[in-house]
Amino acid sequence: MSPHLAVPKTYKLYIGGKFPRSESGRTYEVLTKKGAFLANASLASRKDARDAVVAARSAQPGWAAATAYNRGQVLYRIAELLEGRRDQFVDEVIVTEGLSKAAATKQVDTAIDAWVWYAGWADKYVQVAGNGNPVSGPYFNLSTPEPTGVVAIIAPQASDTPGGNSLLGLVSVIAPAILTGNTVVVVASQSAPLAAVSLAEVLATSDVPGGVVNILTGSPAEMAPWLAGHADVNALDLAGAESLDWVDLQVTAADTLKRVLAPEHGVPAPSLERIVALTETKTVWHTKSLI
Amino acid sequence: MTDALTGHSVKQASFLDYAPAPESTSILHLKKSYGLFIDGAFVKGHGTPFKTISPATEVTIAEIANANAKDVDAAVAAARKAYDRTWSKLSGADRGKYLFRIARLVQERARELAVAESLDNGKPIKESRDVDVPLVAAWFFYYAGWADKLDYAGLGPNPKALGVAAQVIPWNFPLLMLAWKIAPALAAGNTVVIKPAETTSLSALLFAEILQQADLPAGVVNIVTGAGDTGEALVNHPDVNKVAFTGSTAVGRAIAKSIAGSGKKLTLELGGKAANIVFDDAPLDQAVEGIVNGIFFNQGHVCCAGSRLLVQENVHEEVVDRLKNRLSTLRLGDPLDKNTDIGAINSREQLERIRELSDIGEKEGAQRWTAPCAIPEKGFWFAPTIFDNVSTSSTIAREEIFGPVLSVLTFRTPAEAIAKANNTPYGLSAGIWSDKGSKILAVADQLRAGVIWANTFNRFDPASPFGGYKESGYGREGGRQGLTAYLSGAGWSAK
Repeated sequence: MSPHLAVPKTYKLYIGGKFPRSESGRTYEVLTKKGAFLANASLASRKDARDAVVAARSAQPGWAAATAYNRGQVLYRIAELLEGRRDQFVDEVIVTEGLSKAAATKQVDTAIDAWVWYAGWADKYVQVAGNGNPVSGPYFNLSTPEPTGVVAIIAPQASDTPGGNSLLGLVSVIAPAILTGNTVVVVASQSAPLAAVSLAEVLATSDVPGGVVNILTGSPAEMAPWLAGHADVNALDLAGAESLDWVDLQVTAADTLKRVLAPEHGVPAPSLERIVALTETKTVWHTKSLI
Repeated sequence: MTDALTGHSVKQASFLDYAPAPESTSILHLKKSYGLFIDGAFVKGHGTPFKTISPATEVTIAEIANANAKDVDAAVAAARKAYDRTWSKLSGADRGKYLFRIARLVQERARELAVAESLDNGKPIKESRDVDVPLVAAWFFYYAGWADKLDYAGLGPNPKALGVAAQVIPWNFPLLMLAWKIAPALAAGNTVVIKPAETTSLSALLFAEILQQADLPAGVVNIVTGAGDTGEALVNHPDVNKVAFTGSTAVGRAIAKSIAGSGKKLTLELGGKAANIVFDDAPLDQAVEGIVNGIFFNQGHVCCAGSRLLVQENVHEEVVDRLKNRLSTLRLGDPLDKNTDIGAINSREQLERIRELSDIGEKEGAQRWTAPCAIPEKGFWFAPTIFDNVSTSSTIAREEIFGPVLSVLTFRTPAEAIAKANNTPYGLSAGIWSDKGSKILAVADQLRAGVIWANTFNRFDPASPFGGYKESGYGREGGRQGLTAYLSGAGWSAK
């Protein structure tokens, strides 16, 4: 019997719960660290980015309306599926980022644990970041954080972090954004997009509604200005934009007064601040009758 | 009885006609001219001084110094020196004590501040006396107590001040906006350079005297007066660490652009076009009072004003009729008169903008109704005005007028009310009127606005965070959230 001939995967975009190719028909070569061919990934266009924003916007009210307990369980379920595909992610991290098996395994395990950590915040962050306010007068007054809406994210780009980041970087920016009810358009690591597309497959087979997470592969430098200027994007997370012209992106984002998170060196550590930064505090005053 | 020419009802002498009851200005001891307040002392500005007038009479009140870039430099340098050498070395408890002193001094000089505010801004004395100045004292009192409790602000242990804060404030609540900016900044341990609005510098300069009485260390608060270019020099100064701005969305956008990439922490309180939603099960008597308070408080010069009345179709006529009746009893005139409900428009420029937008509203087909009231000859005035049958696409339903002009739209279902309320790039505030608590909570959940008033409107409190969604800006002022806008923390991380 002849040895098994491998069946390579076609790597596509993830928009609105579906896996389209770029509408532009463009692809780019994904290579190993040593320059060997791995795959042709979709080179997403401006139009793909806009389609992703439309998908994110239409998914946002429903996702935000899900109960916090429900969102927490849906997120936890993703961690379960990541665990099931652990070996696949390790392999993809090894080939795209040139890491040792031990380093790649560490990255994947850290990513799974971060996902679990964030999942647990879904039904708690409101209690910690919100408050009842003792105003002077007969009013019940409560401040609660809610999702800001659609968040465009430049994910950490591979090769600028020891230990790699092609999966961990994505998890570190997606999870804190969506646990509150935001929906996201993420531009994955350009040079190491395989883990991103596999994460999309995990999301597609989990209980996350289509459109909550949209993943684009390609050039952050090409797509970021369109996302920064898009009037239906509420916030811009520049975590992985360190090597881009990010000041210009901030200037563009100011046209629509987007909330902007500054570039970070490496992978953002899991934190409550990252969750709260993509929320809006709503304060509601209710009258109390004078009895 | 109606006037044959205008169709307006002519007011008869009745119990609603009050004898004049002007608040005395003798409590004020104003100087002829005011300098900049830098490093604890009043100094001359290097720009050309300008006059501040009473918008009710157009009479000059005082001459105000104009800070140029060199003066801004000096103010920032004083703030930096005070931060490095004095303020950052004080304990939180001692910073708090200075703020408590300031709160008490504001209370002691409350009447004087209220008179100055009404004189310079044009707002009715009953508002400056009963709302603005008491809230100023409350704001300092509230944040005074935070100064030695920063570990509990929610940013992790031992959060740090940012450094020098550059603050630019508007003319609609001159002293109150100053308090919103300065109190949390100082409590968190920052020092401040603040620029009041060009037309309303007076109360800030009286406040500088209060700082001297409080013996606040020199340079902790610096006040630079001037116009837009002074503000521009201030926010763009390389040695400021924090920028806080309250004003128009256009200027807020320009500031966000100009400081992009600088690492300065930014909070913006910008414009609004708030929906005030009245359901058919609302207590209409209270709702009418709330609508009036929502849009005619402070002549409508309120970023969170309820400028779009969304009223359920089946009570539309009744609500509008009652509103017209109520508005016909409002007294417009001398801001210093204790009976005045509607004062003067703050400036000629603003009056022209209100007129222009109102004319556009009329041209675009909305029905205009103006309260019958005599307009004084001198000064800037605009009678309370309602536009009925306004469409969602109309300019006066979209653009902030910042004056006593109410646009009335109707809806049939809660879903329609929510869609119309959210149909704006702004998201600062909203109102809901209904006797049904569950409906209020469900609608409040769906509104994209930072402050929502249920069966009330335009309530403010230092403990209550205030600030907008979307293009109404970012960050919150008031409460714990308002404190964190002036701090940086190590945070609570997963490990």
